[in-house]
Amino acid sequence: MAQPILEIENLCVDIKVPSGLLRAVQNINFSVAKGETLCIVGESGCGKSITALSLMNLLPRTATRSADKLMLDGRDLRGLGEREMSDLRGNRMAMIFQEPMTSLNPAYSIGNQLEEAMQRHRNVGTGEARDRAVFLLEKVGITGARGRLGQYPHQLSGGLRQRVMIAMSLMCEPALILADEPTTALDVTIQAQILHLLADLRDEFETSLILITHDLGIVARVADRVAVMYAGEFVETGTTEQVFNAPSHPYTQGLLRCIPIPGKTKRGEHLGAIPGIVPNLVGEMQGCHFASRCSHVHDACQSGHIALRASFEESHQYRCVLTPKVCAANSKRKVVA
Amino acid sequence: MSDPVIEVSDVTRTFMISAGFMRGKKPLHAVNGITLDVERGEVLGIVGESGCGKTTLAKMMLGLLPPTSGTLRLDGKAVGSADRIEVARILQPIFQDPYSSLNPRKSIGDIIMLPLRVQNDPNPETWQSRAEAIMDLVGLPKRVINNFPNQLSGGQRQRVAIARALINRPKIVICDEPTSALDVSVQSQILNLLQDLRSEFNLTYVLISHNLAVVEHMATRVAVMYLGRIVEQADTETLFKSPRHPYTEALLGSVLTPVPGLGVPDTHLGAAYPNPIDPPSGCTFHPRCAKVMDHCSNQVPPTIGANGTMVECHLYADGLGQKAKGKKTRKGKRK
Amino acid sequence: MANVSLARAGIPTAEEILEPSPGAMLRRRIFGNIGLLFGAVVLLTIVFMALFAGVISPGDPYDQVLSRKLIPPIWHDGPKVTWEHPLGTDALGRDYLTRLFYGARISLFIGFAAMLISGVIGTTLGVLAGYFGGRVDMVVNFILTTRLSLPVVLVALAVVSLIGSSLTVVIWVLGLLIWDRFAVVMRSATQQIRNLEFVSAAQALGCSTPRIILSEIIPNIANHLIVVATLEMAHAILLEAALSFLGLGVQPPEPSWGLMVAEAKGLIFFDSWLIGIPGAAIFILVLSINLVGDGIRDVTAPENRN
Repeated sequence: MAQPILEIENLCVDIKVPSGLLRAVQNINFSVAKGETLCIVGESGCGKSITALSLMNLLPRTATRSADKLMLDGRDLRGLGEREMSDLRGNRMAMIFQEPMTSLNPAYSIGNQLEEAMQRHRNVGTGEARDRAVFLLEKVGITGARGRLGQYPHQLSGGLRQRVMIAMSLMCEPALILADEPTTALDVTIQAQILHLLADLRDEFETSLILITHDLGIVARVADRVAVMYAGEFVETGTTEQVFNAPSHPYTQGLLRCIPIPGKTKRGEHLGAIPGIVPNLVGEMQGCHFASRCSHVHDACQSGHIALRASFEESHQYRCVLTPKVCAANSKRKVVA
Repeated sequence: MSDPVIEVSDVTRTFMISAGFMRGKKPLHAVNGITLDVERGEVLGIVGESGCGKTTLAKMMLGLLPPTSGTLRLDGKAVGSADRIEVARILQPIFQDPYSSLNPRKSIGDIIMLPLRVQNDPNPETWQSRAEAIMDLVGLPKRVINNFPNQLSGGQRQRVAIARALINRPKIVICDEPTSALDVSVQSQILNLLQDLRSEFNLTYVLISHNLAVVEHMATRVAVMYLGRIVEQADTETLFKSPRHPYTEALLGSVLTPVPGLGVPDTHLGAAYPNPIDPPSGCTFHPRCAKVMDHCSNQVPPTIGANGTMVECHLYADGLGQKAKGKKTRKGKRK
Repeated sequence: MANVSLARAGIPTAEEILEPSPGAMLRRRIFGNIGLLFGAVVLLTIVFMALFAGVISPGDPYDQVLSRKLIPPIWHDGPKVTWEHPLGTDALGRDYLTRLFYGARISLFIGFAAMLISGVIGTTLGVLAGYFGGRVDMVVNFILTTRLSLPVVLVALAVVSLIGSSLTVVIWVLGLLIWDRFAVVMRSATQQIRNLEFVSAAQALGCSTPRIILSEIIPNIANHLIVVATLEMAHAILLEAALSFLGLGVQPPEPSWGLMVAEAKGLIFFDSWLIGIPGAAIFILVLSINLVGDGIRDVTAPENRN
């Protein structure tokens, strides 16, 4: 594999809350290669957004980040000051947020904001920045781009705003784009377009992409590799085919049974369910985080640290005490209706 | 066989929207001449993009919003004239956001018993036991009866909302995006529950959702809305297997099933959803349509079919005479 | 029965209660807010003084003993200083501590009554405007703008000098003038709550409009109401002091704090405690009320939730 753009080892984020220390992200490892798309998927509160914010160093004040390795493009991000980080943000790594409504400044025209995004990091004139903005707006499928530069965010629809956000994130040709639920606020038809666009641009500019979502449909269609996150940990990682065709962790298996799939799930039949709720992450936790909701739970799950283990292939890893063979059998079993 | 519990005939709802500073107000036809029957016992799915008017339609069915023109009949009685309490006995809503649909200052018991209190139920001594029975039915432990909404998870709150809707045994439940605010694993629990309750109480559901996979799973018939009109209606199987309207096709094409390797579909829909204040002429879908023809931009498409299976598109018109007729009547309606 | 079949259907029921009850959380936050606790203790002390003025005060507020006039309070040195009059006496020989206690009664009564009147007016207008919107909102806004264009002190002066001054007149004049903040705050709070889905749910249940306003809206804006009420009470107390100081509020020989300041203004260079003590009392009362109001806003503010 080529030299990875982003390498992360043992990333932890702790947040101080009144009742103690909330361990939002616990010892996660991953790397993203050039032009690769990694999807981090999980339910609300699992720590996926915090992971993204911690990479950008945009965590709330009460949170602390620690990592054994945090390299972007061969540069160590640990210990960088706010100034150096803001030189990187928007430049080498850019972020696309969920709400296109609130992530653009309503007081400035989009042309202004696009040019600013570039001039902040590059020593270019307004003309050059404007040309780049027009070029990228056309790339993201906005017609009549030059005329649109003077428009303000409120004059654009949600889908158009998200396109502008994507164009803005590309202004400085970043090595890595972090997209946090970029299509959740959009309609299905627009969602498909935006994802299509992201995939096209990733291929064209060879940008690496980390896509954070709760939607397994998006993951399956866009990702090269998948990390399933639960209660602050990665519980399963692997290529998209590995995770979707042979889900090993009981949580991944449960999630895939929960969603109705046209043509696959039978109409009116019961869907699978994961009972219980996400555990409280305040304080130290013993054993498997999913134990309280798992239907295969036994004594070995209750204590110690459950490590990631390889499934049938080395690149497919999951965090469970069960052997790959047992897991494969579990994943084939029908849901109890 | 036709036994409609809700009859919507030619209903229009117009809002006056300010067009901009000093430019006066312009009409927005949120719902523009909809005729729709909901049959007893069916699950009617209503799908469409945001701004297509599906929530406005639901509000009119609930009697929360009077139609500008046209009539809605509920179990044979006109909604507008009937008492609100009368309507509430037949029809109950379940809303999208379980965080804002429960009054944070009231206990779960009070929230669930509110319908009985409002209806002046003659047996107050049975209220508590009935609330407990319905809580049991929707999977809420009895002990939460004295808790407050902020103490419950999103899934539990949605169960409270369902219990409140069902305690008076309504005939119809209107579910407006009942699971879109919930996590995947909770969504499936709520959908399963809705299925079970439906057969338990012989309920009729109107299910409004933008999640086509959910609609496919739950609904028996689907109506597709676009810019205030129903552009296609068919039973779920037919609609998902062979969609007729190009918009339905595009919608179905953009569903992302979790099957790896298929890539993201290209819907050819173009970027912009038209401004509903200033809808396109002719067929309102023509600027985004992949199968657009010359006359689509100036002729309103005819309605083809009836009795719950219909499509509104020039592709399926057989003669020009019908088109002209369709255009004439629709123009009349718009005024 | 049905529930058996559903239980078998594998619908999970057991989920843990996530949070303490709203009441418990509120108690926890109240005891974490020092300003609120301090203000409440001071305010309760003053209320106690006012309620039991007849029992705890050493003398009679109207009893004039000219031979014992202008005795300084006990922290002054002097031949006349005595523990019989801990805060001394005024120019007519009345015990100052007693007058302070009775004055608290008047200040609090005027503040409370004026706040009540303005609260009823302002809340009614604000809630109606916020709930119904449209024309109702326009009418209320017009009344509100009209009211805001009236200078409170000048109108109060004009009315009082026109129809004469008494406790009742002062209360009504203040009550009818200071409802604006109630109306503004209640209107926007109602608008916010009105758009939440539980109001639509109540409508869909067939609740009547008065019921929705009383049992769905009002409980959810009550925290704003309490905050505004405390602020307006402090406001009314200050206005009363100002009116009394100008001689147009409470009339002598009633022991109002504002009047006490006014009566002592001639002696400010000779016996400055006469003006300092009621002045300090007004300051402490208004401060404590404001602390309580701020504290209530902090412990009930939505951003403090969860």
